[in-house]
Amino acid sequence: MRIQDLRPIDCDMHPVVPNIRALVPFLAKNWAASVNDRGIEGFDSISYPPNAPISARPDWRPDGKGLPTSVEDYRRHVLDRWNVQYAIGNCLYGAHLALSEDIGVAMASAVNDWMVANWLDAEPRMRASIVVAPQNPERAAAEIDRCAPDKRFVQVLLPAMVEAPLGRRQYWPIYAAAERHGLPVGIHAGSSYRHPVTPVGWPSYYVEDYASQSYAFQGQLGSLIAEGVFNKFPGLKVVLLESGVSWLIPFLWRMTKFWRGTRSEVPWVTRPPIEIARDHVRLSIQPFDAPDDPAIVGRIIEHMQSDAMLLFASDYPHFQYEDDAVLPPGLSEDFTRRLAHDNPLETYPRLKEVQS
Amino acid sequence: MPFHVVAQVSDIPVGQRKLVEVKGREVVIFNHEGEFFAILNRCPHQGGRLCDGLLTVAITSSEPGHYEYIPERQVIRCPWHAWEFDIRTGKSWCEPDRVKVRSYKTEVLPGTQLVRGEYTAEIFPVKTEDDYVLIDI
Amino acid sequence: MTDAPAKPIENDGVIDCDIHPAIRSFEDLKPYLSKHWWDYYSTYGLRSRQGFVKGTPYPKIAPSAMRRDAWPETGLPGSDLKLMQTQHLDAHNIQLGVLNPLNPSGGDLNVDFSAALCSATNDWLLETFTRKEKRLKASIMVAYEDGASAAAEIHRRAPEKDFVQVLLLSRTSEPLGKRRYWPIFEAASEHNLPVAVHVFGYSGHPATNSGHPSFYLEEGAAHPAGIQASIASLIFEGVFERYPNFRLLVIEAGFAWLPAFSWRLDKLWNRMRGEVPHVKRPPSEYIKERVWITTQPMEESQRPQQVVEIMDYIGWDRLMFASDYPHWDFDDPKFGLPPSLGAEQRAMVRYRNAQALYGL
Repeated sequence: MRIQDLRPIDCDMHPVVPNIRALVPFLAKNWAASVNDRGIEGFDSISYPPNAPISARPDWRPDGKGLPTSVEDYRRHVLDRWNVQYAIGNCLYGAHLALSEDIGVAMASAVNDWMVANWLDAEPRMRASIVVAPQNPERAAAEIDRCAPDKRFVQVLLPAMVEAPLGRRQYWPIYAAAERHGLPVGIHAGSSYRHPVTPVGWPSYYVEDYASQSYAFQGQLGSLIAEGVFNKFPGLKVVLLESGVSWLIPFLWRMTKFWRGTRSEVPWVTRPPIEIARDHVRLSIQPFDAPDDPAIVGRIIEHMQSDAMLLFASDYPHFQYEDDAVLPPGLSEDFTRRLAHDNPLETYPRLKEVQS
Repeated sequence: MPFHVVAQVSDIPVGQRKLVEVKGREVVIFNHEGEFFAILNRCPHQGGRLCDGLLTVAITSSEPGHYEYIPERQVIRCPWHAWEFDIRTGKSWCEPDRVKVRSYKTEVLPGTQLVRGEYTAEIFPVKTEDDYVLIDI
Repeated sequence: MTDAPAKPIENDGVIDCDIHPAIRSFEDLKPYLSKHWWDYYSTYGLRSRQGFVKGTPYPKIAPSAMRRDAWPETGLPGSDLKLMQTQHLDAHNIQLGVLNPLNPSGGDLNVDFSAALCSATNDWLLETFTRKEKRLKASIMVAYEDGASAAAEIHRRAPEKDFVQVLLLSRTSEPLGKRRYWPIFEAASEHNLPVAVHVFGYSGHPATNSGHPSFYLEEGAAHPAGIQASIASLIFEGVFERYPNFRLLVIEAGFAWLPAFSWRLDKLWNRMRGEVPHVKRPPSEYIKERVWITTQPMEESQRPQQVVEIMDYIGWDRLMFASDYPHWDFDDPKFGLPPSLGAEQRAMVRYRNAQALYGL
């Protein structure tokens, strides 16, 4: 079965803000002036050093270097090539990096407006996540309220490492707003670098930094469940984007076992964590941390005991696979259709609302 | 009659427990506010002896950040991995439908009724002036 | 490591790779501490990278995190050798147990004090446990944040055969592959001693890389991530290349996360080998050759066979049984391993792998 026949929904691709000047037209006058007057260079994140191998596939880089920044690039490389039905743009521009919440809020807002002008208006198959500044969850909720009336926004986006575990009550205004608008919350690999990227401090190498995204997802999933986010917001779905997938079930086995003995500490958690995750958590398929072995991939999926959890994703332009090898090997046709089409539609109800 | 005499009521003061053996099984009897409850002395997880566990109240909650402490919700915590079992029903608090320990019906009868020979007293000596706890195995 | 063939353990016994001895009180260490350090302890007490004088930042679910039925008449569980013998060693046919003290640890903020405490603990281990009970071996405690003194302690203790490994706690102030820790690996490798990393300690960083979780449940779930970061560090800093004898044992982090983590590191190394040219082989190869891992706390799935499938991916020569006696979340040797294991697999996990690692 060819990918094109699937008409997949790409649940994780990355529009790239080429530089801060591209955002200036969307900033309030004082911020536009400050960017210029103070020489603010930008909010690009070292979670993806621009020339690092993972940050972009060589054949997706314009003339072999730099980052693809245009809709035309994405059409040529993925959207048209794979006959993608809808694509959800998750802009990773680091509004969340700003230590000033005011700057963070301003940048997030600008990114969303830039996204509308450059991607949503330019390409009818595009959808997007609302970028928010987690520095101030109340203001993040206000940004969600501001952007949500445009139905092409289908998700709220947060980075995987922020100031506190994302399940903590200080972040609940974000979930309340998301649930109110019927939007899932996408947690994407990336850090605001408030803490060392590992629980044991700062590693030397970028390869370790990228590996540490996995630890972030473990901590965040643990937090969302332990803090009872899904009790408080029963309509909420959380999508773990670019997490690696194969870490999920072993983590939930461990957490569920501990929970049986520590239930009284978190008495609002009335169901096994692994069951809560099956109902409320979804994961994008790239990267898929497993060898190219259908038997192993099959086992990992079988351990999930659910065919509803995985979502097709190109992770464009990150370099996770070569050519068209976006799907892990050995998946059945039925399972592939589910992850390419049914699961994304179930997870992002708004996709059904606005026809392209 | 399946009911077996296992203890004198006065053996188990309020809030206390007693380990007995019936038909080759170890059973823990609890006295909660004058009512008797009996469960098998073996955690379904790895076989911990529940009689060595903590008798306490199961903390419950209707929403994150709120904690309910309702004394009726008596649980025995396995001394090993701390799984909580409702002493009335044997059901675990973590997964009541799936994980439970055998619980047994109990009855309290005066000695006068027992010495009439209708009940199996086995080797348990019974006096007319005392009350006894029986369990149904 | 000796070349002698492993001696068979009699009667389907077991080697328990994680038992926690405890002092009854600090008085137990007094004979082994100088007056200076005793006075220091009496005045300033223990201080690590967290704020509590007594207890722990995340309150445990059972007092001192102990099994309720393992308390002796006086002192903490693990402080009474007789009870340890009857309740655990005899009851479970433990042919050999490795003692890993957690308190005091090698992580006190005052590294000189920490070194003194570790040395005292090492003396105490020999006098109180291993010389009285030959089924017990011990770890060399070291002040792991001070590479030089840790190396010195390793050199001092290595000739004593009751010590079978060096013990660190997992939440170190930097990822374990960093240069400050290299003297530890160098000294341990010189004496062919494995380095064991046991969960806990206080790195001074939050338990997750996105800040402090609220609950003990979360802290417990987060241990593997810290270990993963240190394994990645050991690999990518080239420690396994630099010290060909260096062997790592991971204790009390469970194990089911290891294959997914290996696979992730392999993909990343493939992609970004250029950043770390000193790392000559795929990470999974270092893991399969130099990393061992204890089984406790054994992961549990509703379909137990799934956990066995993960054990298959790890390799039956890597896994080592541990009880974690007398902690509350311990694994009973009778029930702690999946019943579907074949005889050969059982033997390897229950004792053969430990025999090989410790050269017994």
